[in-house]
Amino acid sequence: MLLHARGLTKRFPGTVALDNVEFGLAAGEVHALLGENGAGKSTLIKCLTGAYRRDGGEILLDGRAVDPQSTAHAQELGIGTVYQEVNLLPNLTVAENLTLGRQPRRLGLVSRRAMRSLAREMLDGYGLSIDVDRDLGAYSVAVQQIIAIARAVHLSGKVLILDEPTASLDAREVALLFDVVRGLRERGLGIVFVSHFLDQVFAISDRITVLRNGRHVATTEAASLDRVRLINLMLGRELAEETSHNHGRREAGAELLRAEGLGRRGRITPFDLTIRSGEVIGMAGLLGSGRTETAEVLFGATAPDSGTVRDAKGPLDLSTPARAIAAGFGFAPEDRKTDGIIGDLTVRENIALALQAHRGWARPIPRAEQRRMADEYIRRLDIRTPGAEKPVGLLSGGNQQKVILARWLAMNPRFLILDEPTRGIDVGAHAEVLRLINEMVSSGMSLLVISSELEELVAVSDRVIVVRDRRHVAELAGQAITTEAIVNAIAAPEAKQEARA
Amino acid sequence: MNLRRLPLYVTIAIFVLAFLLCWLQFPRILSTRVVGNLLTDNAYLGIAAVGMTLVILSGGIDLSVGSVIAFSGVFIAVLLRDTGMHPLAAFALLLMVTTAFGAAQGALIHGLAMPAFIVTLAGMFLARGIAYLLTLDSIPIDHPFFETLQRAYWLMPGKGRFTLLGAVMLLAVAGGMLLAHRTRFGTNVFALGGGEATARMMGVPIGQTTVLIYAFSGFMAGLAGIVFAVYTAAGYPLATVGVELNAIAAVVIGGTLLSGGSGTVLGTLFGVLTMGLIQTYIVFDGTLSSWWTKIVIGLLLFLFIVLQKGLLTIGAARRAA
Repeated sequence: MLLHARGLTKRFPGTVALDNVEFGLAAGEVHALLGENGAGKSTLIKCLTGAYRRDGGEILLDGRAVDPQSTAHAQELGIGTVYQEVNLLPNLTVAENLTLGRQPRRLGLVSRRAMRSLAREMLDGYGLSIDVDRDLGAYSVAVQQIIAIARAVHLSGKVLILDEPTASLDAREVALLFDVVRGLRERGLGIVFVSHFLDQVFAISDRITVLRNGRHVATTEAASLDRVRLINLMLGRELAEETSHNHGRREAGAELLRAEGLGRRGRITPFDLTIRSGEVIGMAGLLGSGRTETAEVLFGATAPDSGTVRDAKGPLDLSTPARAIAAGFGFAPEDRKTDGIIGDLTVRENIALALQAHRGWARPIPRAEQRRMADEYIRRLDIRTPGAEKPVGLLSGGNQQKVILARWLAMNPRFLILDEPTRGIDVGAHAEVLRLINEMVSSGMSLLVISSELEELVAVSDRVIVVRDRRHVAELAGQAITTEAIVNAIAAPEAKQEARA
Repeated sequence: MNLRRLPLYVTIAIFVLAFLLCWLQFPRILSTRVVGNLLTDNAYLGIAAVGMTLVILSGGIDLSVGSVIAFSGVFIAVLLRDTGMHPLAAFALLLMVTTAFGAAQGALIHGLAMPAFIVTLAGMFLARGIAYLLTLDSIPIDHPFFETLQRAYWLMPGKGRFTLLGAVMLLAVAGGMLLAHRTRFGTNVFALGGGEATARMMGVPIGQTTVLIYAFSGFMAGLAGIVFAVYTAAGYPLATVGVELNAIAAVVIGGTLLSGGSGTVLGTLFGVLTMGLIQTYIVFDGTLSSWWTKIVIGLLLFLFIVLQKGLLTIGAARRAA
């Protein structure tokens, strides 16, 4: 075993990000590391590369215990990393990027000629024919990615960690990158491959390790695993487990909104979507499949470059969030801490925020009115806080989520998008958020709920849209909504292949 | 062609073109006398601008330069008046002080993770204040060694004087070019300007580099102060107000990206010379107000900002294609 992490544990205040995790990497293998958001992939990688200090467990490299203190130290030990965002400098030349910190010198001055030949030597065997004297920024992301790999391999040379390296590459570029990765595997490097593109994982990996909620779930040969089984491992569901659903309990109302051909190049393939008043549309798909991207074009957070959205009165302008809000839209984003709440402001201020922004600065909401509003929502949503003047950052995740819901309820939107509304909140709060969703819908509001928790989608949705590879691929309605059906829709490509075989 | 080198060519082209236009109107402008004076009169600015180039390449800014130059003149004048110290010893002492001053600013910028703007703004007030503390008046320097320095020149063909001060500036530019473009430190400066977080990931010693950059700028400001003191033969605490802004303007007109990461030291020399040329033209003309210098420099700055923005956009478009 080239690299072996045993009983790795990492705690953050309030959560255990890694719980006694095992991870083994052999020389000459590509080992995929998979898991949904919050599963612990990036924490594991950061522990291996010294960006985080682990709280427990040990890391063995070539059988010897090592203790990486920093990414530079990990590199010296032999563990190199290439990230999704290329970690090179576009304003330096290719040669400077490759040799930075190790430029060959003569008489104290950098020797350009020696630097050039060292750079060419480092790129040897990667199948690139590029001018090392040009700025790195002049080359495509794929080429930059390969240059980053060449640098990491040259500096470390044993273990190469590729963290979502293909996220911004097209199919041809991915193929180019994979040729490089296969070449390195033959040279005997151990390669850790993190990706949420399952096709790519199956194409390149020898073994697959799945993490979930900070725990090690499984490590198996890639060849012995099929797509449905893998998705089940990642999402933690067994197909047999059928969840009860309230199908047909709600009568869908009149058509509220109709999106036609809405999309944005590079983010989400144009899609059509009809939303009726008083219905919940669930959206399922793996991380990075286009769920959040769909929400963002609907809300104007990224301006769509094609398509229209219209209601009964005519076309709507959704080019910015402010306009979407004016049109009666709301959006509670996935990452509460950075996009949703403002931690230092009080519960009252956070609730009043969107409504105040909507009214404009010239018409402040009177303080008494804000108080009344805050108290009402604290009571209605059962927000557990000592008072309306408590900073939101001090509340638990579930209560923060309720504050965001309260903010949008105060706006009384006709269409509300909830992106992962139950992530990172405890079981009790989870049930309450689901109850609130049902309550909002019965008052006539329409919701789009994005979630990785399939049971949750099954429980609340009238229709479920499945996205894959930035494309809406399936729509399930009524009795057809089951976790099994959703998993099969997500996994479809392989299912088709098997049918052919 | 490498897009990054375009601003340098544009800078040189503008200088040549401007010189040509001046020459068409005043043929006598093309003489070694004018060229010699151009170098001498702008020596202190050129030296300070070399330090500023390194700072701006790293994505920072140094507002203390003008005050440090004034402080240097006063410091030397007071030392020579009150002690029997030889000017060379006074110069060495001064350079140590200003280099340490710059290093301290760099250490604060890195240590406190504060913007360079605010730290060097404090440094600007501090240096100016200390200059006032030393004296409120202009102190003349009449040391014989100073006269030797002022008279040191090589008479070029055409009776132009290539002075020691001009030579010091050209040496400073050459030294700056080697440092910025031919050393590991120089590459680290570019790396810092390209993106601090990325540079750190690639193993650039951020703290050490930051301290050295501002120490170098402090050294250059001290050297500029010495040159200015020799040039004016006096130390005056109110001198060189706003020279840091002229230096920044010269760096930008010289084709260096104000946000860091791209530029050349050679371009800065041409930026300084272009600014000096405008002034020379106004002297030759005799009727124009000297404010025209500011107006033309303002226009040139706009031109370069637009040029840089255009290049960035073209670069992004090329990559996308």
